[in-house]
Amino acid sequence: MATLEIRGLRKRFGAVEILKGIDISLEKGGFLVLVGPSGCGKSTLLNTIAGLEAITSGDVSIGGRVVNDLHPSQRDIAMVFQSYALYPNMSVGENIAFGMEMRRVPKPERDKAVAAVAKTLQIEHLLKRRPSQLSGGQRQRVAMGRALVRQPSIFLFDEPLSNLDAKLRVDMRIEIKRLHQTTGATIVYVTHDQIEAMTLATKIAVLKDGELQQVGTPAEIYNQPANLFVADFMGSPAMNLLEGAIERADGKPCVRLDRGDQAPIVVPAPASADPAALREGARVVFGIRPEAVNDSDSLDHNAKSVVRFDAPVEIVEPAGADTFVVIHVAGREMTARMRADADVRVGQNHPFALNLDKALLFDPQTTRRL
Amino acid sequence: MTDELSVAPFLDVARPRSHRPLRARARDALPLLVLAPSFILVLIFVYGFNLWTLFLSFTNSKAFTSTHLVGWLNYEKLWTWTFDHTSNWHTAIVNMGLFGGLYVFFCLALGLTLAILLDQKIRGEGILRPIYLYPLALSFIVTGTAWKLFLDPRIGLDKAMHDLGWASFHFDWVVTPRMMIYCVVIAGVWQTSGFVMAMFLAGLRGIDGEILKAAQIDGATAYATYRRIVIPMLRPVFLSAIIVLTGMALKSYDLVLSVTGKNPGGAAELPSTFMYSYTFTRDQMAVGSASAVIMLMTIAAIMVPYLYSELREKAQ
Amino acid sequence: MSAADLIIAPPAREPSRQSPVTRAVIYGLLALFAVVYLLPLVVMVMTSLKPLDEVTGGNMFYPPRDWTFEPWVKAWGTACVGLTCSGLKIFFWNSIKMVVPAVIISTGLGALNGYVLTKWRFPGHKLLFGMMLFACFIPYQSVLIPMATILGKFGEFGRSLDDSLGLSLGFGNPTVNLVLVHTVYGLGFTTLFFRNYYEAFPDELIKAAMIDGAGFFQIFRRILLPNSGPIIIVTVIYQFTNIWNDFLFGATFAAGASSPLTVALYNIVNTSTGVTEYNVNMAAAIIAAAPTLFVYIVAGRYFVRGLMAGAVKG
Repeated sequence: MATLEIRGLRKRFGAVEILKGIDISLEKGGFLVLVGPSGCGKSTLLNTIAGLEAITSGDVSIGGRVVNDLHPSQRDIAMVFQSYALYPNMSVGENIAFGMEMRRVPKPERDKAVAAVAKTLQIEHLLKRRPSQLSGGQRQRVAMGRALVRQPSIFLFDEPLSNLDAKLRVDMRIEIKRLHQTTGATIVYVTHDQIEAMTLATKIAVLKDGELQQVGTPAEIYNQPANLFVADFMGSPAMNLLEGAIERADGKPCVRLDRGDQAPIVVPAPASADPAALREGARVVFGIRPEAVNDSDSLDHNAKSVVRFDAPVEIVEPAGADTFVVIHVAGREMTARMRADADVRVGQNHPFALNLDKALLFDPQTTRRL
Repeated sequence: MTDELSVAPFLDVARPRSHRPLRARARDALPLLVLAPSFILVLIFVYGFNLWTLFLSFTNSKAFTSTHLVGWLNYEKLWTWTFDHTSNWHTAIVNMGLFGGLYVFFCLALGLTLAILLDQKIRGEGILRPIYLYPLALSFIVTGTAWKLFLDPRIGLDKAMHDLGWASFHFDWVVTPRMMIYCVVIAGVWQTSGFVMAMFLAGLRGIDGEILKAAQIDGATAYATYRRIVIPMLRPVFLSAIIVLTGMALKSYDLVLSVTGKNPGGAAELPSTFMYSYTFTRDQMAVGSASAVIMLMTIAAIMVPYLYSELREKAQ
Repeated sequence: MSAADLIIAPPAREPSRQSPVTRAVIYGLLALFAVVYLLPLVVMVMTSLKPLDEVTGGNMFYPPRDWTFEPWVKAWGTACVGLTCSGLKIFFWNSIKMVVPAVIISTGLGALNGYVLTKWRFPGHKLLFGMMLFACFIPYQSVLIPMATILGKFGEFGRSLDDSLGLSLGFGNPTVNLVLVHTVYGLGFTTLFFRNYYEAFPDELIKAAMIDGAGFFQIFRRILLPNSGPIIIVTVIYQFTNIWNDFLFGATFAAGASSPLTVALYNIVNTSTGVTEYNVNMAAAIIAAAPTLFVYIVAGRYFVRGLMAGAVKG
């Protein structure tokens, strides 16, 4: 039985439909990340799971029971907010214990629970302090402590790392992952940062304009994006998307990428593509991630299908561990990921190699993957 | 930052379908029940009473309330009186224009000047600013009493100047009926200009320093910078200040009474004093009501559009 | 930064590069204005400490030659207000009796209203707020007559209660009348202040409390109120100043022995019998002004905040 099950959830607010029929399920101990651009409805979806917002139709079930009509405090959930939402007038200990106080748990029990949680999160020395006296990372831990002490069926996180600086964000991300692994908690997590999504999730749900674009494991989302939006949204730098047309050579379908006055690049169509869509002349969008665009030095030895070509280098971006190179192909810019010490110079023609093992094709009209 | 779409009102919270619908409804209604007493009080004592006064203005109430309607009679009376130089209402209207205009103008001028001066990175601002602001803590009666003494020719400014050797100094406005209203202006400006100064100071300080740097680079003199850039940018503050000041001028009552003593001869009559005397002293309740309604309409004409635009701007 | 913050704690700018002459002019003007603003108060104080012949015979700008506190003693204890000659002390207490409940009730209701209007939004909340806001700006003249009528009826009711039950339950009591009047007409402002303050209060704290199981009043009591210190002070100061300084309502609804201090002051100054005791009048004025001036000196920055908020600059 899934811990969280969302069926046909719709939410209207006035005349606007914010969530347009969402179906997701999450097993016990899973880490579901809701990801998408601003305004896609991910926070709204989280709020409906929490019960902070009512739904127009559909069902939300937690632990097997339908919770549509239950008040947030009765859904057996706990929530960690972006701003942590620690009560400023109470000490850390009182903050953690507040929920129990509202449920009239007797003081000795409360104190025991608070002490246990404080020990797990290593914040025992902070129990008497006020939130204003804590650092960002400490506040985050207190917020998590408040959630942990409830021992809920599901933890809800609403962009908890957005307020932190880059370094702290990475540290806290690891803490959250560690927490997940040690406690086996079931978590629903909202973020707009796709790196967080990829690193933390066991399951990712990509949303756009209130509609689910795809639900799957991080690997599935990354390697088999369901449509152009998911392909473009996940991965940094973004996937290269080039316009091309289908040609048949020796009975096998190929994709021709025109390059204006230079010779076109012709690549075999990916094996995963639906053959029925590969008619002669059909226009397609060819997708290949920067890490699959290299030169001979950086190429993956295990690559089975490789196509080479020369192209003039436009921009070189040394990024520490890699070098990103921007070239112009088929009317679009293409980003290649090379080794840090790659010998690339702006303006010069450089030999590139495309590793086609992970290449993808998309239909430009429907935007779906072929 | 959470999605813009998820800024939902709290009333949207999930609620149990209770077996006892009455109890659930009661809980949902709790916020409204809490607001209700205040709202009802305001409804009755503000809107209800205003309507009542409006109603009275169409009756022929004299010393006691009468429900006999006489149409626009009272307003016609006031209208005729507006042009009748001998009537109190005429004096009241003229004074209102004089007082209002001068009061607003000088408060703005003085407030802006002080704000600009204070904004010049002054040392001791912490002492000066409270000095300009303290009159606001005083009751209008206190202010009027102080200025009545200050301007009293027998023991105040006039006499002090004579004693200091300036024999030709002559300032008896406060006892000259025709000039009394100007004394009220003086006292009023003294009291309220600090408030306007505070508004302009906040406005000045809200101006992005980088705009001033750009002006410097463009070679603008301080005068030009203020005239062409800073003051035009303060337009919203001017608007707010004018609206607040006009409202205050229209409602002025305590100040007039205390500066002029019991308003001898009605020379410093204002609509507010007119209303009071006609209602409570001359037993002309209906006329008094009509004058009150006119006061209300004038203020509403200024405030309602302003409030509406302010609330719209903050629409979520 | 709010308008008040910009006044109290201005952002730093680089030092001025004006010529010394300009600086001198600026400081000179500011000092001149400061003198103008202080002069009436200084004259008031000095006059109140002079014997009467020095006031009428001397120059108001000169400090007292023969210091005396007699005017103060007289103003407090024996000055004549109307027909009673027992000074201001009764009226001082009248004002206190009226101001304290009015401030407490209007502030409390304003806080609850602000809470409901910002955290429990319902359809039409903007309209309701607008209606309550408009109540701040009406000229009181337009409600005087109906209020007088109603209070008169209360008085009758109180007397009949008194006749039948032996107690009037406050109906018709002038102090109670004033408390009612000031509470009602202060609601617009107090609601405005709290509403603007709570608008900026993080919604997430409320959500967290909801998830923790706190109900409507628990959220108010345990989360909102403890963090409302500044706005409570601002509102109390604003209400205290306005109600203490009121004249119109006091004169209309509480004439006579139950008048508030401002009305008593007016009567002292404007009694036409006998010789005008300017020094006593000034002492009386200072006594009347003392509480609000004291509050202003002690809590100036909160005073400024209230001013700015009261100008409907949200």
